[in-house]
Amino acid sequence: MVKSEKELGWKDLEVGCDVKEPGNGSQYRTGDWRSVRPVWDKTKCIKCGVCYIFCPDAAIKKDEEGYFEADLYYCKGCGICAHECVTGCITMVEEEE
Amino acid sequence: MGKRVGIETSIAAAEAVKMANVDVVAAYPITPQTHIVEHLSEFVADGVLDAEFVPVESEHSAMSVCCGSSAVGARTFTCTSSQGLALMNEIVFIASALRLPIVMILANRSLSSPLSIWNDHTDVMSVRDVGWIQLFTENAQEVFDHVFFAFRVAEDPKVSFPVMVNVDGFILTHVIEPVEFWDQEQVDRYLPEFKPVHRLHPDNPTTMGAFAMPGLFAETKKAQDEALKSTMPVILKAWKEMGEMVGRHYHPVEGYQTEGAETLILTMGSMGETASIAVDRLRAQGKPVGQLKIRLWRPFPFKEFREAAKGAKHIIVLDRAISYSGPGGPVASEIRAALYGEKDMPIVTNFIAGLAGRDVTPGDFINMYDQTIDMAKGNVRQEDYIFYGVRE
Ligand code: SF4
Ligand code: SF4
Repeated sequence: MVKSEKELGWKDLEVGCDVKEPGNGSQYRTGDWRSVRPVWDKTKCIKCGVCYIFCPDAAIKKDEEGYFEADLYYCKGCGICAHECVTGCITMVEEEE
Repeated sequence: MGKRVGIETSIAAAEAVKMANVDVVAAYPITPQTHIVEHLSEFVADGVLDAEFVPVESEHSAMSVCCGSSAVGARTFTCTSSQGLALMNEIVFIASALRLPIVMILANRSLSSPLSIWNDHTDVMSVRDVGWIQLFTENAQEVFDHVFFAFRVAEDPKVSFPVMVNVDGFILTHVIEPVEFWDQEQVDRYLPEFKPVHRLHPDNPTTMGAFAMPGLFAETKKAQDEALKSTMPVILKAWKEMGEMVGRHYHPVEGYQTEGAETLILTMGSMGETASIAVDRLRAQGKPVGQLKIRLWRPFPFKEFREAAKGAKHIIVLDRAISYSGPGGPVASEIRAALYGEKDMPIVTNFIAGLAGRDVTPGDFINMYDQTIDMAKGNVRQEDYIFYGVRE
């Protein structure tokens, strides 16, 4: 991995500030924007995948049993998954910490 | 040496762009830039220029196309004026930050309102801080020469910045003047093949124009500023080699009759020739007057300017744009700033004149000189700027 944003000096930058490492946006922790987080009630989930499709940050992963959960490194807490879930099994809860 | 012909400046500029063997032209027509773009589109349509001519639907798109084509390594040209520049403004910043060596001729024109198609420097002064290399030309020959210069400097691997060549609308774009053409062989020798220092290519994936968080943005801007400042040696070398080849010697700041001059009249662009006539007439009356012309506006040539201004008691700055209620016209503000703290700092008198095509004659320059000397004698506190010749 290249230096982190906080370590880069101006002399380290590529011409035009090009990014030479494809996909390094995955290092960017959007999860710390979150003030609420989605919590799944698996008993109501029909594994339709609508939440997975609608998440604008592709922050929802499928587990081994076929249920879905948020990757909290990226989940911004926008609530779209909870809004779109067809059976109402996602609740947005306040982040305590 | 090429042939010497009488030719309209715009057509000479288009001929030079053709001789520079440009790959992509993306432009939207706007007065007074139109003839340049029309001629380039004819060259492409007639098959005498093997380039892509992209007839975009707006200037915003023109500069966007230029960014894309330059980013993949195509030699890229565009041309605009006034409102067109205002519309492309957003992308003009991006072109320099992405270090894309686009060449643009700006046919200088005022901005609305009131609507005016005529020449002044309101458009270029609105993009002073976009981070392009910017220069001014005084006649058709200079425009022709500086098309090659602009590509040469922009594409130099040590530069890789866009270059804006300012050409006064109508006063220059639409006049027929003698121009000594270069031979194609000279152009090819002066202007090597474009080898981009960075480019979009599938073999080497790169992201251009990513975002930067507050923790990095200042570093990106420091890098851009240092890079622009460090272009000066390349600029000087490109002028030197042109001088050796075609015998015309250009400099960041050019003087005329500066020997023993107590007062210097400072201009940018085509009004320089009118000011020179005024200087000749004043000299004939025994007045110690000379002239400075700023050719290179960005990077600002501090060293050359301070050197050229040394010994002057007064500098009369002609501004062809206004900074409403500010400290002076844009040029005068910079000149005062550049002189601040210098030993025996000259007094800078600032006249706003030649707005939107209003003529400025040699007699007007002589009037400005007389007013300046009167104010100095009477110990009148100078106004920061004076609207010259405005009716009450
Ligand atoms: S809250 Fe928004 S970001 Fe987080 S998982 Fe749901 S849709 Fe994705
Ligand atoms: S939208 Fe609701 S029901 Fe469908 S998979 Fe996601 S959580 Fe389960």
